[in-house]
Amino acid sequence: MTLPVVYCLPVPQIIVENLVKTYQVAERPIGVLGGLKALAWPRYKTVTALEGVSFSLESGELVGYIGPNGAGKSTTVKALTGILVPDSGRVEVMGRIPWKERVAHVARIGVVFGQRSQLWWDLPTIESFDLLKEIYKTPTPKYVQTRDELVDRLSLSELLNVPVRQLSLGQRMRCELAASLLHSPDILFLDEPTIGLDAVSKLAVRDFMRVLNRERGVTVILTTHDMDDIEALCSRVILIAGGKILSDGSLSSLRAQVTQERWLIVDLEEQSAPPCGQDFEIVSQQGDRFTLRYQPAQTDTAGLIGRIAAQCSVRDLRVEEPPIEEIIARLYGGAGK
Amino acid sequence: MKDLRDNFRLYLLCIALSLRGQMQYRASFFLYSLGQFVAIGIEFIGLWALFHRFGNLKGWTLAEVALLYGMANVAFSIADTFGRGFDTFSGLVKNGEFDRLLTRPRPTTLMVAAREFPAMRIGRLLQGAIVLVWAAIALQVHWTIPKIFLLVGAIIGGACTFIGLFVLQATLCFWTIESLEIVNAVTYGGTLTAQYPMTIYRPWFRYFFTFVIPLACLNYIPVSALLDRQATLGVPEAFPYFAPFIGVLFLLMSLRVWKFGERKYCSTGS
Repeated sequence: MTLPVVYCLPVPQIIVENLVKTYQVAERPIGVLGGLKALAWPRYKTVTALEGVSFSLESGELVGYIGPNGAGKSTTVKALTGILVPDSGRVEVMGRIPWKERVAHVARIGVVFGQRSQLWWDLPTIESFDLLKEIYKTPTPKYVQTRDELVDRLSLSELLNVPVRQLSLGQRMRCELAASLLHSPDILFLDEPTIGLDAVSKLAVRDFMRVLNRERGVTVILTTHDMDDIEALCSRVILIAGGKILSDGSLSSLRAQVTQERWLIVDLEEQSAPPCGQDFEIVSQQGDRFTLRYQPAQTDTAGLIGRIAAQCSVRDLRVEEPPIEEIIARLYGGAGK
Repeated sequence: MKDLRDNFRLYLLCIALSLRGQMQYRASFFLYSLGQFVAIGIEFIGLWALFHRFGNLKGWTLAEVALLYGMANVAFSIADTFGRGFDTFSGLVKNGEFDRLLTRPRPTTLMVAAREFPAMRIGRLLQGAIVLVWAAIALQVHWTIPKIFLLVGAIIGGACTFIGLFVLQATLCFWTIESLEIVNAVTYGGTLTAQYPMTIYRPWFRYFFTFVIPLACLNYIPVSALLDRQATLGVPEAFPYFAPFIGVLFLLMSLRVWKFGERKYCSTGS
């Protein structure tokens, strides 16, 4: 007997199509008279937060969602998490419209706001965890297994009985991550998870996110201003500015979209003459270190190095891509907000 | 039904946790309770002094007014304890904490109500209860089952009405972000109003607190029936027995309005 073969087209886990959201903002005139006038005849100004945003995500992606302040990042995240109803457009997450089936939807997602704690301030962490188990109605055996795994992965065992208010920022963020994953969500939204963390904690958080994404297949949507987070984690970056998506793709394609240039960093001996030439520009000079910018399409890298080595007494040199901050800054600037 | 039971369970759990949290500051807890007890107690001494000087208030003696007073305060302190989360709701909207509650798979009303449980309000409850017991003894109320029903029902209904008012006040925050202090006029002011017989007020004021905000239905009217007095608001004789349901209805209606406000919040954002 042959079974009928059913071909399933993979349906993206998250579909966003033509999302539009505007806010009505009350205009506040200056002065007492103006204030009175605003009270009697309030005037509203329409601010567009999203102007037709579209993208889709497959299950198991780790995506960076970046953009300058006020670009529409948090509006998008709010629409995806069911907090906000957009004016028009389609959002579907795991087959559900978030704001229409809020309760069923949020049971399957986890949300971490870097600046706001979800733990109960006066209680030991473990009690917050237990309460979350109740809120999400997680069956006990499953809860215990997930919790122990998270405690192990994030090394929380020492912190469980400490009241949250006594935790350091880095410790608290590890607890926050665990708290948002206790109900084994399919999708995790992270809003600035590494803000204010020291280098060690940042690395710990990043490592954990990588493991989470690779081993558990959790889809991660990361909004951040920390480009190191993006560089370390994200295979795909969506850049939004002024309510529109400017770029969507890998980090290297984002780079290529802005510029092909390379940076040559040269450390010179003390009495050396400075480098000079027509086919590069000096970006910065710090002491004996010169940073030069050139276009590899026009200038041959080996040739350039050879000329500079002949011209000056070079102690050390290396070639780099321009830092991601530089790329992003140019993109933001080009967006002309 | 199972949902309801689950939600109730979670509510109790949150209260238990909140109590544990408060017990970490034990001294502060007892001092605050004592403070409430004394502050409201002094208020009652004022009432006593007034009656000592003037004898009665439109035919109401001190003990009778004390019954009104005790019931109003017991009902209010119960409401203040259970509905505190709504009373401080504007803070949640302002700091964005409400967004976090929206990401939980439970009704927002439950999450807001379960956030705060200020057990120190027990001072006020205790003081109201003491006045109530004293009044009942002084008046030599002949307790029958209908009368006990009147008393308990009126207190529960009154508490529901006050909670309903807190919910309505919180709902306004969806539009204004700021908490509207004007609503305090009917919550805190309402308690003060309900402490005296309704007949001393002007008609429009009486009607407001009977038909718009049904506080008179839950204090003055049942107490009048309890004391076998003719309630002069012109209501049928059996009416006081329905009073508790009016309070519950008022609360349910407030929760409906809340739902509406929440939807409005989600489409405007903050």
